[in-house]
Amino acid sequence: MSATTTLAPPPRLQSALVLRGLLLAGLAILALLPLLNRLPVDSVLHVSDFIVAVTGKWICYGVLALAIDLAWGYAGILSLGHGAFFALGGYAMGMHLMRLIGPRGVYGNPVLPDFMVFLGYAELPWTWWGFSSFPFALLMALLVPGLLAGVVGYLAFRSRITGVYLSIITQAMTYALMLAFFRNDMGFGGNNGFTDFKELLGMPLNSGGTRAMLFYAALAVLGLSLLLCRHITQSKLGRVLVAVRDAESRLRFLGYNTTHVKLSVFVLSAMLAGLAGALYVPLVGIINPGEFSPGNSIEAVIWVAVGGRGTLVGALLGAFSVNALKTWLTSFAPDLWLFVLGGLFVAVTLFLPRGLVGLMSRGPGR
Amino acid sequence: MSRLLRLLPLLLLLAGPLRAQEGFETAAAGLSGGFAAQVEAVDRLGALGDPRALPILRALSEGRLQKTPEGVLVIGGQDALTGAPAATASLETVRINNRVRGALRGAFGRLELASFSVAERISAAGGLFRARSPDNIAMLEDALGRESDAAARTAMEQALAASRLAAPEAAVKRQGILLLGGTGSPEARSLLLEARAANPDLAAEIDAAVSAIDGRLQLRRAAETAFQGLSLGSVLLLAALGLAVTFGVMGIINMAHGEMVMLGAYTTVVVQGLLRGTPLAPWALPLSVPAAFLVAAAVGVALERTLIRHLYGRPLETLLMTFGVGMILQQAVRLIFGAQNQEVTSPAWMQGIVTLPGGVEVTQNRLWIILFALLVLAVTVAAIRFTRFGLEMRAVVQNRRIASTMGIRTGRVDAMTFAFGSGIAGMAGVALSQIDNVSPNLGTGYIIDSFMVVVFGGVGSLAGTMIGAFTLGLVNKMLEPWAGAVLAKIAVLVGIMLFIQRRPKGLFALKGRAAEQ
Amino acid sequence: MSGSSLYLDGVSVVFDGFRALNNLSLIIEPGELRAIIGPNGAGKTTMMDIVTGKTRPTTGVVRFGEHDLTRMDEAAIANLGIGRKFQKPTVFDALTVFENLELALKAPRDPWSCLRWVLGAQSRRRIEGVMEEIGLAERARDRAAILSHGQRQWLEIGMLLMQEPQLLLVDEPVAGMTDQETEHTAALLRRIAGQRSVVVVEHDLEFVRALGEKVTVLCEGTVLSEGSIDHVQNDPRVIEVYLGR
Repeated sequence: MSATTTLAPPPRLQSALVLRGLLLAGLAILALLPLLNRLPVDSVLHVSDFIVAVTGKWICYGVLALAIDLAWGYAGILSLGHGAFFALGGYAMGMHLMRLIGPRGVYGNPVLPDFMVFLGYAELPWTWWGFSSFPFALLMALLVPGLLAGVVGYLAFRSRITGVYLSIITQAMTYALMLAFFRNDMGFGGNNGFTDFKELLGMPLNSGGTRAMLFYAALAVLGLSLLLCRHITQSKLGRVLVAVRDAESRLRFLGYNTTHVKLSVFVLSAMLAGLAGALYVPLVGIINPGEFSPGNSIEAVIWVAVGGRGTLVGALLGAFSVNALKTWLTSFAPDLWLFVLGGLFVAVTLFLPRGLVGLMSRGPGR
Repeated sequence: MSRLLRLLPLLLLLAGPLRAQEGFETAAAGLSGGFAAQVEAVDRLGALGDPRALPILRALSEGRLQKTPEGVLVIGGQDALTGAPAATASLETVRINNRVRGALRGAFGRLELASFSVAERISAAGGLFRARSPDNIAMLEDALGRESDAAARTAMEQALAASRLAAPEAAVKRQGILLLGGTGSPEARSLLLEARAANPDLAAEIDAAVSAIDGRLQLRRAAETAFQGLSLGSVLLLAALGLAVTFGVMGIINMAHGEMVMLGAYTTVVVQGLLRGTPLAPWALPLSVPAAFLVAAAVGVALERTLIRHLYGRPLETLLMTFGVGMILQQAVRLIFGAQNQEVTSPAWMQGIVTLPGGVEVTQNRLWIILFALLVLAVTVAAIRFTRFGLEMRAVVQNRRIASTMGIRTGRVDAMTFAFGSGIAGMAGVALSQIDNVSPNLGTGYIIDSFMVVVFGGVGSLAGTMIGAFTLGLVNKMLEPWAGAVLAKIAVLVGIMLFIQRRPKGLFALKGRAAEQ
Repeated sequence: MSGSSLYLDGVSVVFDGFRALNNLSLIIEPGELRAIIGPNGAGKTTMMDIVTGKTRPTTGVVRFGEHDLTRMDEAAIANLGIGRKFQKPTVFDALTVFENLELALKAPRDPWSCLRWVLGAQSRRRIEGVMEEIGLAERARDRAAILSHGQRQWLEIGMLLMQEPQLLLVDEPVAGMTDQETEHTAALLRRIAGQRSVVVVEHDLEFVRALGEKVTVLCEGTVLSEGSIDHVQNDPRVIEVYLGR
C-alpha cells in the first residue's frame, strides 16, 4: 500500500511475527514426536506412546478448531454443531475401517460387520455401499458434512437466521443426529458405534509404524488446512468475512450476497471438520454417537475462544492448550475438570475476549 | 344422587349380615357333613352372598379346613365361624369330591362378585368373562343389579355379555352381541371375532358390533394421544416458560436454564428429606414449589448481577458463558449429591390412574402437571400484566433509557426479571421431579426443547410460548405411533427449522420497527 | 452517465396497522439532486428501505429504469447501481480505510472471485483518488474503528463513490457534524450529483438550502409539498406541520 510506512511496524505486526515463530516451533516439535518415540525408553528425550497418541488426537482437534475459527472467528457464524460434522467425517472413515475388518470379526462374516450379523441383517444396507473403497470413504467424509452444512446453512442463512438463533439451530441439529445415531436400526452400530478396527490401506492399525504414519498424515492435513485458511483469510474474501461478521446488512447494501458468502464458508468449514473426524477415528480406534453430543461441539468452540478467535494461530493454540490441560487434570483430579472447563467459559468471555493471543499482542482491540 | 347410590350397597351390606346371621351359620354347618350335604351347604352359602363365607370356602377348596369330632369347623387353630381359639386335638381335615369342587367354583364367583373390595369384584367379573359360561348369566344379572361402581359395572356387563354370547339361544346371543358392541373394549372385539366363525347366521350383528367397538377404540386412542400430547406440551411449557421470560422478554440467552430446572428438582429432594418423619411430610411437594422458586431465583440473581450483566448486548458471549455456568452447577450438584438418580416420592394424591369418561385412562401425576403448568402460566402472565414489577419490566424492555429517566432502576429490574424467569424454571423442576429422573444432567435434555418452543412460539410472546409448547407436544405424540419416539422428535426439530423459513419470527411475531431493534 | 430514473407510485407500507408510507409517489430523474425533508415519522427512512429492498411495500410500484425493485433483494438492488448511506455511519470497524474502500470497489462480488481477487494498479489508483476526495489519504492504514464521527461519514460516502452508483440515497449525512464538516459534505454531495442522481434525507434546513436544489416535504407517509426551498418554506401546509397550530 502506498500510504505511510515511515513509522516502525505497528504492534500488531510485531506480535504477529512472534506468533508465527511460535506456530512454526510448535509444528516442528510435533513433527519430532514420533521420532523421539523411537528412541530407547531410558533416553532423556524419549517420548511415550501415550504422549504420541494424545498429541495425535490434539492435531485432529486443531483442524476442527481451524474450521470453527473460520466460521466463527472470521465470519461470525457461531456453530454449536461442528461436532456433528466432525462425527460424520469420523463415521464415514469408521465405515471404511469396519468394511476392512472382513472375516476377522467375531462372527467371521466376510461382508457384514459384527453388529449387523448380531442384529440379523441379511445384506449390507445401501448406506454402506462403496465404503470398502478408501477414496470413496474419504470423499464421503468431506461431502456428507458439506452437504448437511449446505442444507442447514441454506435454510438458515436464506431466512436470515443469525446470531444465537443459528447457534441453537445447529445445536438442535447435532442433538437430533445424536438421537438418530443412538438407534440400532439406523444401521450405524447404535450405542456402541464402531471399534475393533484392524487395518487401513493394507497396514495393521496396531503397529507403531502405522501409528506414526497416521500421526504424520494428520500433521500434514493440519499444515495444509492452515495454509488453506491463511489463503482465505488473507484474500479479499477474508475481509468480506470480517465484514459479514461486523456489519452484515451494510455489506448487503454494498451489493454482496452475504447468503452465498456465509454458505460457502460454512460448507467449507464443515468439510474441514469432517476431514478432522476422518483423521481422528483411525488414530483413536473408536467412533460412537457420543461424538454428536452438543457438549462436544461447544467444548470445541471454547478452545477457539481460549486461544483467540479471529486468528488462526489462536485456534490452534486454544485446541492444544485446553486439551493439554484436560489430559493433565483428568489424570489426577477428574472431578475438578468440569469446574475448570466451566470456569474457562466464564473467564474467557468476561476477561479475555481476544483469548491468549490477545493477551500476547497489545494491538488495538476490536 | 350419585353419592347416595354409592352408599346404598354399603347400607345393604351392613343390614345383610343381621338378617342372614342365622342362615349363614346353619348353612355353614352343612360343610362338616357328607358330600351331598356339603354341595347343598356350598350352594346356600353362595346364594346368601355373605362375604364371610369366602375364607371358609377357600380353606375348604385348598384342604385347610378342619373339623372336630363334634363338627365344629376350624381353620388354622381358630373357630372358622367365630374366630375364637379352638381345640387342637383330634382334628380331621374336611375332604371334598369333584361335585363339591364344581359347586365351589360357582360359589366363589358369586361371593367375589359380592366382595367389599371393588378390585376383587372386578377381578371376579374378569374371571367370569374368560369362563364364558351361560350358567353365570343369572348370577351376573343379580350382581349387576346391586353394583354401583362404574368400573365394576363395566367389567360385569362385559362378563354378562360374554356369557350370553355363549348361550345356546340366538335371542340371548343377540343381546350379548349388542352388549359387547357397547363396551368398546379390545377383549370384547376379539371375543366377537371368535364368535363370528361359530355363528354365521349372526355375522351381520357381529360385524356391526365390531365396527362400533372399532369406532370407540379409535376415539379412545385419539383421546389418549391428545392427553399424552397435552402432557408433553405441559412439560415443555413448564420448561420453556422461564426461558420465555429471560430470553423472550429480556433477550438473555441463558444456557444454564436447564440447570435452574435441575436445581428446582433437587430442592424437592432436599425438602422431602428435611420433612421426612414430621407431620408436614405429606405436604413436602407443595412446599417444595415456593422453596424451588426461591432457590433458583437466588441463583439467578447471583448469576445476573455478577456475570451476565457484564455481557449485555453480546448474546454469543452470554451463550458461551452461561453454558460454562451450567457445567459448574451440574458438577457442583454431582459432587454434593452424587451422580446417581435421587429418590423422589410422590404423594398419594398424585399416584394412580384416573379413568375419564369413555374409558380413557390417564395417570394422576400427568394430570396434576398439566394443571400445574397452566397455573404457573397464569401466575406468570398475571405477574407481568398486573403487578408494579411487571409494568416496570415491560417499560425497561420497550425503552431502557426512557424507563431510567422515569426513575425506574433498570439494573434492579433486570435482576428481578432474571430471578423471576429462573424461579419459574425452579418450579418446573418440582414438577419434572415427579416424572423424570432427578440427576445432575436433568436439565440438559430440556434446554434445546425449551429454546425450540420459545423460537417456534415467537420470541417475546407468552401466548406464543403456550401455544408453541402444546402444538409441539401434540405433534410429537401424534407422530410417535408411526415414527417412534426418536424419529418423531427429529421430525419435530426439522419441522421447526422449515417453519422458521416461512415465519422467521415464530408464530406470534412482533412486527415493525420495534421488532428490528 | 446515461442513468435510469427512480419511480415510486402509490407505495404504501403497513406495520401492524400503522401506515409508515401512505400512497407515496415520487420520481427522481437521472442526474438530479433531491432533498427530502419532513418531521419525525414522516416515512423518510422507510422510503429508503423500500428503494433498497430492506422493506417490502404492502402495495405500490417501485421501479428503477425497467427493473422492478420489489422483486429484488438488497444485494441485487445494490448491484443495479443504487447506493445507500445510513443515518448512523456504518463502516467495517475491523478493516482499514483502504480495505473498506476496496470492499466497496465495483468488482465481481461472488465468494470465488473475492478469493481470487488481485488488486490491480488501476483499482489502487481509483481507491487512492477517492481517499484524496474524502480527505482520508493520510489514514489509509488506520482501522475504521479509530476514525472520528465525521471521518466515518466521509468514509461511508467514499465507499458509495467506489460503488459507482447511478443513484445515491443519503440519510442525514450531516447529523452530528461541525459547521465546517457540514459545508465540506455539502460540497462533496454537489460534486457527486450531476454524474448521478442523489437523494438526501435531512433535518437540517440550512444544509438543504446550501444544496440549493429541489426539495420534497414528506408528512405522514405521503408527499406534502415539492419545489424550491423558498417555495416549500412558504407553503402554509408545511408551516402548519413544522410549527403546529
